[in-house]
Amino acid sequence: MHQLLQQVFSGLAAGAIYASLALALVMIYRATDLVNFAQGEMAMFSTYIAWTLVNAELPFWAAFVITLAVSFVGGMLIERIVIRPVENAPILTAVVVTIGLLLIFNATAGWIYSYTLQEFPSPFPDRPLFGALMTTRDMGVIAVTLVMLVALFCFFRFTATGLAMRAAAQNPESARLSGINVGRMLALGWGFAAAIGAVAGIMVAPVLFLDPNMMSGVLLYAFTGALLGGITSPVGAVIGGLIVGVTENLVGTYLIASQLKLTVALILIIIVLVFRPNGLFGTAVVRRV
Amino acid sequence: MAESLRVGATAKLGMKAEAAASTAVWRWLGCAVLIAVAIVLPFTLSNYHVFQLTQVMIYAVAVLGLNILTGYNGQISLGHGGFFAAGAYTAAILMHRYGVPYWATLPPAALVCFMLGVLFGLPALRFEGPYLALVTLAMAVAMPQLLKYFDTWTGGQQGITLVKPLPPPGFGIDRDRWLYFFVLVVLLVAMRLAANVLNGRTGRAFVAIRDHPIAAAAMGINTARYKTLAFGISTLFTGVAGALAAIVIGFVAPESFTLFLSLSFLVGSAVGGIATIGGAIVGGFFIEFVPNFANDISDAAPWAIYGLAMLLFMYVMPRGVVGTMGPWLTHAMQEFRSARHAAK
Repeated sequence: MHQLLQQVFSGLAAGAIYASLALALVMIYRATDLVNFAQGEMAMFSTYIAWTLVNAELPFWAAFVITLAVSFVGGMLIERIVIRPVENAPILTAVVVTIGLLLIFNATAGWIYSYTLQEFPSPFPDRPLFGALMTTRDMGVIAVTLVMLVALFCFFRFTATGLAMRAAAQNPESARLSGINVGRMLALGWGFAAAIGAVAGIMVAPVLFLDPNMMSGVLLYAFTGALLGGITSPVGAVIGGLIVGVTENLVGTYLIASQLKLTVALILIIIVLVFRPNGLFGTAVVRRV
Repeated sequence: MAESLRVGATAKLGMKAEAAASTAVWRWLGCAVLIAVAIVLPFTLSNYHVFQLTQVMIYAVAVLGLNILTGYNGQISLGHGGFFAAGAYTAAILMHRYGVPYWATLPPAALVCFMLGVLFGLPALRFEGPYLALVTLAMAVAMPQLLKYFDTWTGGQQGITLVKPLPPPGFGIDRDRWLYFFVLVVLLVAMRLAANVLNGRTGRAFVAIRDHPIAAAAMGINTARYKTLAFGISTLFTGVAGALAAIVIGFVAPESFTLFLSLSFLVGSAVGGIATIGGAIVGGFFIEFVPNFANDISDAAPWAIYGLAMLLFMYVMPRGVVGTMGPWLTHAMQEFRSARHAAK
C-alpha cells in the first residue's frame, strides 16, 4: 500500500509537468487551431536559457522569471513571424511548419549547447515528506504547477485581456467586430504557451537531465494528456496530464517493463481517439459542410 | 463562315492532340536519358559515391511511399520511419535467422509492411488531419523502445549485423555497383507501379478523398476502403525501402529508426513535391546530401537546414521542386511549340 501511494504521488509530480505542457498545447490549439508539434522543443530551448542564466551565477528564481519573460516574447515572435503566414493554410502545411520549428529548435540547441547531458539544478531540496510518501522535490513541482494554474485561471477569469483572449479564441469574427485585436490575442496565446512550456521544461530538467532530445517523451505524454482531457478544454488538459502521469508510473511499476512506457502512451492515444475522440471534457467539433 | 470556324476548331484540336503526343514523346525521351545517365554514372564515380547514390534511391522509394499517403491521399504520417524499420527488420531477420537470400526478402517485407499499414490504417480512419499526425508521431517516438524490447528477434540494442550480398558470379562488377543496380531496378519498378496506381481509378479516388471526402463519398467512393488501401500501399513502398536499406548497409539497430528518420522523410517529401512521383528522387538527394555538406559546419547543422528547408518550401514553394517545375516546364514547352507553329 505504501509503495502504491508512493508511486501515485511521484506519478502526480510527473503528471503536473505533463499537465503544464498539455495546457500549453491546448492554449495554442484553442487560439490558432494548430497542434503545435514544436511545443516540447520550445520548452527545451527555454530550459537551456534558464541553464545558461543559472550557470552565470544568477539566483535560481531570478533565472526562472527571466526565462519565462524571454520565452513569452519568443513565443509571440514565433506566432507573428512563422505561424501567421500559414494561419489559413491546409492542415498539412501547418503540421509541416511546426515540425520544421521542432527541427530548428532541436538543432539550434544541439549546435549551441552540444548533445551531451547537462545537470540542471533543482530549486527544491530532496527530502522525504509525510513518512517517505513523497519527496519535497515532488511537492515543489506540484506546488509550482498549482500556483501557475491558479494564476492563469485568475488571468483568464478576471482581467480584460483574459476575456479578450477567450473571445478571440472562441469566435474571431465577432471578437474582431467588437474591437478586439485578434492577431495580438493569438500572439499572446503563443506567448503564454511558450512560458507555460518553459515552466514544464525547468521542472522536468532536474529529473531527466538536460539535453536537446529531453522533451520528446514528455511531449508525447503531454499530447496524451491533452487528448485524454479533450484538446479543447484547459481543465481537461490538466486532469488528463495528471491521469497520464499516474497511469504511466503505475503501469511502469506493476504491469510491464518500464522500457515500454512510451508504447503505453501510444496505446492510450489510440484508445482515446477511437473510443472518445473528444476526450473526457472536450466538446464535439461541429463542422458545416 | 460556320464551315471555316469548324475547320479552325478542328485544326486547333489537332494541334492540341499533336502537342500532347509530342509532350509524351519528350517525357519518354527525358526518362530514357535519365535512366541512361543512372546506368553510366556508377562507372564514373568512386565506391563511396556509388554507395551514396544507392542511399539516395532507397530514400526515394521511402519518400515515394509517404507521398502516396500524405500527398495524394491527404493522410499525414510522421511515423513512416516505423514502417521503414519494420521492413528493415523483416529483411534482416529473414536473412540472419533463416538464411533467406537477400533478393527474396523484398516480397515478405512488402507483405508484412502492407499488412501493418492496413492494420494501422483501420483505426486511422477515425483520425483526421493533426490527430493522425499525432498517432504516427507517437509510433515513431516509441519505435526504438519497442525494437529494443523484443530483443530475441531484433537483437536488442546491438541490432543485427548482416553479411553484405555478393554480385552473382560472372557479372564482372563489384559489390557496391551490383547493389546500386539492384536498388535502381527496385526504384524504377516502384515508380512505375506508383504511377500506374496513382494515374488510374484508385489514384483518382485517393485524390478525391483528399480534396473533399464528403463529395468523394457521395460519388460512390468507398472512403474507408480507399484510405486503408492508401495506407497499405504507402507502407508497402516504405517497407521495401527499409528492406533495401538493411541489405545495402548490412546492419540494423534500434537507434537508426528514431523520430528523426520519419521527419527526414517528411522533409524530402516537402522539398521534392509532396504530391508528385518524381519529387521522391529530389527528396532522396536532399536527405542524403544535405547532411554531407552541413556536417562540416556542425553536428546539428543538417537538422537546422532540414527545418529551415521545411519552412521555406512551405512558404515559397508549397508544391516542392518537382510540383512547381514540372508544370512550368510543360507550359514552357507548349509556349515554345505554339510560337514555332505561329512562325510557320
